[in-house]
Amino acid sequence: MSAEVLRAEGLGKRFGATVALDGAGLTLRAGEIHALMGQNGAGKSTLIKLLTGVESPDVGQIVLDGRVIAPATPLQAQHEGISTVYQEVNLCPNLSVAENLYAGRYPRHRWSGLIDRTKMRADARALLAGLHLQIDVDQLLGSYPVAVQQMVAIARALGVSARVLILDEPTSSLDQNEVRELFAVMRRLREGGMAILFVTHFLDQVYAVSDRITVLRNGAPVGEYLTAELPQSALVMAMVGREVATSVAREQTHAAPSDAPFVLEARGLALRGALEPIDLGVRAGEVLGLGGLLGSGRTEFARLLFGLDRADAGELRVAGEAVELHDPADAIALGLALCPEERKTEGIVAGLSVRENIVLALQARSGWWRALSPARQQALAREFVALLGIKALDIETPVGALSGGNQQKVVLARWLATTPRLLILDEPTRGIDIAARQEIMNEILRLARQGMAVLFISAELEELTRLSDRIVVLRDRRKAGELPAGSDGGQVLELIAGNT
Amino acid sequence: MRRLVAHPLFWPLAALALLLVANGLFNPGFLALQWRDGHLYGNLVDIANRAAPLALVSLGMTMVIAVRGLDISVGAVLAIAATVAAWTIARLQAGGAGGLLPLFAAIGAALGAAALCGLWNGLLVVKAGMQPIVATLILMVAGRGLAQLISDGQILTIYYAPYAFLGNGFLFGVPFALFVVAAVFTALQLLLGRTALGLFVRAIGHNPLAAHMAGVRARAITPALYVFCGASAGLAGLLVSSNVASADANNAGQMLELDAILAVALGGSALTGGRFSLAGSLIGALIIQALTTTIYSIGVPSQVNLVVKALLVATVLLLQAPRFHLQMQALLRRASLLRRAPAKQP
Repeated sequence: MSAEVLRAEGLGKRFGATVALDGAGLTLRAGEIHALMGQNGAGKSTLIKLLTGVESPDVGQIVLDGRVIAPATPLQAQHEGISTVYQEVNLCPNLSVAENLYAGRYPRHRWSGLIDRTKMRADARALLAGLHLQIDVDQLLGSYPVAVQQMVAIARALGVSARVLILDEPTSSLDQNEVRELFAVMRRLREGGMAILFVTHFLDQVYAVSDRITVLRNGAPVGEYLTAELPQSALVMAMVGREVATSVAREQTHAAPSDAPFVLEARGLALRGALEPIDLGVRAGEVLGLGGLLGSGRTEFARLLFGLDRADAGELRVAGEAVELHDPADAIALGLALCPEERKTEGIVAGLSVRENIVLALQARSGWWRALSPARQQALAREFVALLGIKALDIETPVGALSGGNQQKVVLARWLATTPRLLILDEPTRGIDIAARQEIMNEILRLARQGMAVLFISAELEELTRLSDRIVVLRDRRKAGELPAGSDGGQVLELIAGNT
Repeated sequence: MRRLVAHPLFWPLAALALLLVANGLFNPGFLALQWRDGHLYGNLVDIANRAAPLALVSLGMTMVIAVRGLDISVGAVLAIAATVAAWTIARLQAGGAGGLLPLFAAIGAALGAAALCGLWNGLLVVKAGMQPIVATLILMVAGRGLAQLISDGQILTIYYAPYAFLGNGFLFGVPFALFVVAAVFTALQLLLGRTALGLFVRAIGHNPLAAHMAGVRARAITPALYVFCGASAGLAGLLVSSNVASADANNAGQMLELDAILAVALGGSALTGGRFSLAGSLIGALIIQALTTTIYSIGVPSQVNLVVKALLVATVLLLQAPRFHLQMQALLRRASLLRRAPAKQP
């Protein structure tokens, strides 16, 4: 086994009431590509922020070459030998390649102190040659494709005598060939003894290039595995939760509404580049679970249903009538509701009060002219604050001042106030604590029992199997399969991982 | 007291009061009001009256800024409206029309033209997705050219007595222009408060994406606000052209857009949208006019009056900045500590 370069132990980090990391750790060895895996919110980004000095850990320590380090800024981390290339290339497209490589540390003439451009160009060429990249270093960086820019970013990271290279989702904007190029570079660096931490959510890429895998879940470490010894389904299981395989389906508290009419029906609904044609119907009183990994098309499907994107093929029927949705307002008028995945940007209006946030969708549906009376607004707000247990000073508190879980409840209240026929929940419990999660779920089940249809999108198998009457799984932007009520986590897992 | 200071209108009002009191000290008769020939006279009335066109434009500007917009074409739109009004009156008079017909025709034509300008701006912003400052820059530049096409490059003089009432007349002893401002302000305040429009405007301004996903139709509301902004500039154009009995396509409303944005900022609205105050913008317009009057009344040489105005504006804005308040508090605390510290030493 090769020498250990970096070891992080017992790292913990809280942001307000949210526990982002709880005892996470990681060991990187020289000459190894190490994949860091986990779902959204598992704590991957936080762990990287701690390693690169963007944030400081509350507890735990980072050991580099046997020495405890505590980088307070990304620059300090770089000087220690930890370099990072982020998902979004953060170089300057309006500067030349060479300038980008040496920005902030230009080689200087000995006497005049001016920038030594000749040396800079020569150094830049040498550095890129090390990555087998032959491009004109005088051209503007922006004139090259993203893949090349990514290589330049890597070269820049290497330029500062790096011991550890962290690649955060480097492949998300690359095509197949470019990914292969990148992998070739990564392998060359591995041969040179570099310890590489590779963060991605593409399973096949993990198997193509990594030697070892560390999995995080809910901010805690699940385990470290040798890639060659870990089957793909076991990896997915580790990511989404081992207990799911044995988790049982939800108790059937009401008759399976298999004969209830469809509230919403998609027939061959598709959007090029986002979703392959899909057939799917949701019945009144039914909780239809929609599972799949990130990028499987879950959110894209929800956006089509809600008029946020326009389908370019297929048909959408609401209560049996074919409809065309041009705007969320159209969908809302038909009795649809969507709790979006991105709470802060798409959900709450932070500057408005709890009351105003709760009445917003209902008021938008009644039109600007017919204002809900102040008394009605207060009554509605109070009703939902009590019903969902929203913790706020009073209903006039700005929503931005609430905790994440309470903000999510406010968004849910906004939609429940419209008494929707179909409620679409896109990852409704992401980033909120367990108690709030439970309350939200209970309320949703109660409403389903009263006849509301629910499309429940979640990456968490445990939640999915426990709440859903029926589960549809998406994979690679198409429907991978459908499971009846009573399916367990293992069956869902097989569909998600594609082992069928 | 603490709650009083925390009120969003406290600092704008304090700045205005300070300006007026300072004037009163320099010039003892400044604050006096007189009742002569059935009219109210005095510097205060004069300031309010002269501020009326800017106040109207500021109300319109407040609404577009509230939805993260901006309209820098208001000066040009004012010139267009003034020119259209003068041209309409001249045409109708040449055709032999008498009575009040030219008055109402001029008002209708000018407001219609101004509203169209606003619609153009609104559509560029919403349908074409242009940056508001760029979209309205087009009309800012082209608008005066349009106005000159109508006026044939001339300053149009208005020889029509009823029209003079708008900008010079008195109602119940008070300048008529003040009633116009009060009417627009009240109507707008009611519209925003009694309907759901106020909620929607603030939702769009605070978080356009979330508002969209909650079903708020910003694509209809935003252009309507630009139309209102255009129309309010048109109304200001009527007041200005009536006041001087002429329409100058080239110079009417010069730099008005900057004063209007300044009035909105002085009034405590967020230039980033969402949080806005119509009353604040009115006070802002009064502050700007009071500044101008002050500069003239204390006899600042005309070469430096823009510099003096800039200094005063900077002071007023600084007085209102929450960050400045915090720094001043820290400074005061440190000063009091320093004063106490030596006493402790033996």
